[in-house]
Amino acid sequence: MNQGQDMNCDELVEVVTDFLDDALDAATRRRFTEHLAECDGCDAYVGQLRTTIGLTGTLRADDLQPDLRDRLLTAFRDWKAHPSPR
Amino acid sequence: MEGGQTTPMRPAPREADAGLVQALRGGDEAAFADLVTRLTPAMLAVAAGQVPSRAVAEEVVQETWLAVLTGLDRFEGRSSLRTWVFAILLNVARSRGARESRTIPFSSAFPPEDVGPTVDPARFRGPDQEWSGHWASPPRGWDLPESALLSSEVRVLLRAALDALPPRQRAVVHLRDVQGLEAGEVCALLGLESGNQRVLLHRGRARLRQVLEDYVLEDRVDEARG
Repeated sequence: MNQGQDMNCDELVEVVTDFLDDALDAATRRRFTEHLAECDGCDAYVGQLRTTIGLTGTLRADDLQPDLRDRLLTAFRDWKAHPSPR
Repeated sequence: MEGGQTTPMRPAPREADAGLVQALRGGDEAAFADLVTRLTPAMLAVAAGQVPSRAVAEEVVQETWLAVLTGLDRFEGRSSLRTWVFAILLNVARSRGARESRTIPFSSAFPPEDVGPTVDPARFRGPDQEWSGHWASPPRGWDLPESALLSSEVRVLLRAALDALPPRQRAVVHLRDVQGLEAGEVCALLGLESGNQRVLLHRGRARLRQVLEDYVLEDRVDEARG
């Protein structure tokens, strides 16, 4: 491994999710944080990835097509009217 | 009831579940509608990785909800309600996929779209240059207020980019980042080794970031042009 070496930007961008999931070994994690502290480009990259993750989390309530929703609600009413025997 | 919440914050699953399960058993249609709205897009994305068409994926989702309703009395809260729903979904999707003989196991060898660098190598200095491997064109700050990023235009864009991800990345991003499931839960549901789960997640995230970057920069160019 590259344990003794500094981390490069092109290596850092590939392990951001490993970093966020706390899946880096201690040596790699140290190289990651040391690089990040000194590199504006990588700092911006990690910040933007975090922003992206946050925005993706707001998509939860978005746009289910109405026809599928209607079919599911109809199924619910049927189930309510005729609960199936167990 | 958690149904009225509009914040993206994730409620602690277990307590929220107890009330929700009770409401569903009691036939509370609003509670069901809310749950359906929140989970179905992710369910479609996960099912799409297992069956041949969108139409079949919708049938799988419908069949899953019926199985959820008829199985509610057996739900004991050992997992979160969400995880339980996705476990049923994957059972239904796999048996359906097997019947259609087109199951793509999540653990199969990575296809080309799931390997290689996630950031264009041209953005880094080449091997024969000074500072090789460092940014040649670093990301520029977005400098946008949060409200701009939460605009409906950005959401539509992000949604489209999510829908366009390769199937396995799309399923993992839906479960982790849209639904907020834990890594371990996603691995168990999809039968993925944890390293592979992170690879798929990271590739999906990197693609979505790139789409947002392209949008922000293009917008700025337009502004400069007036």
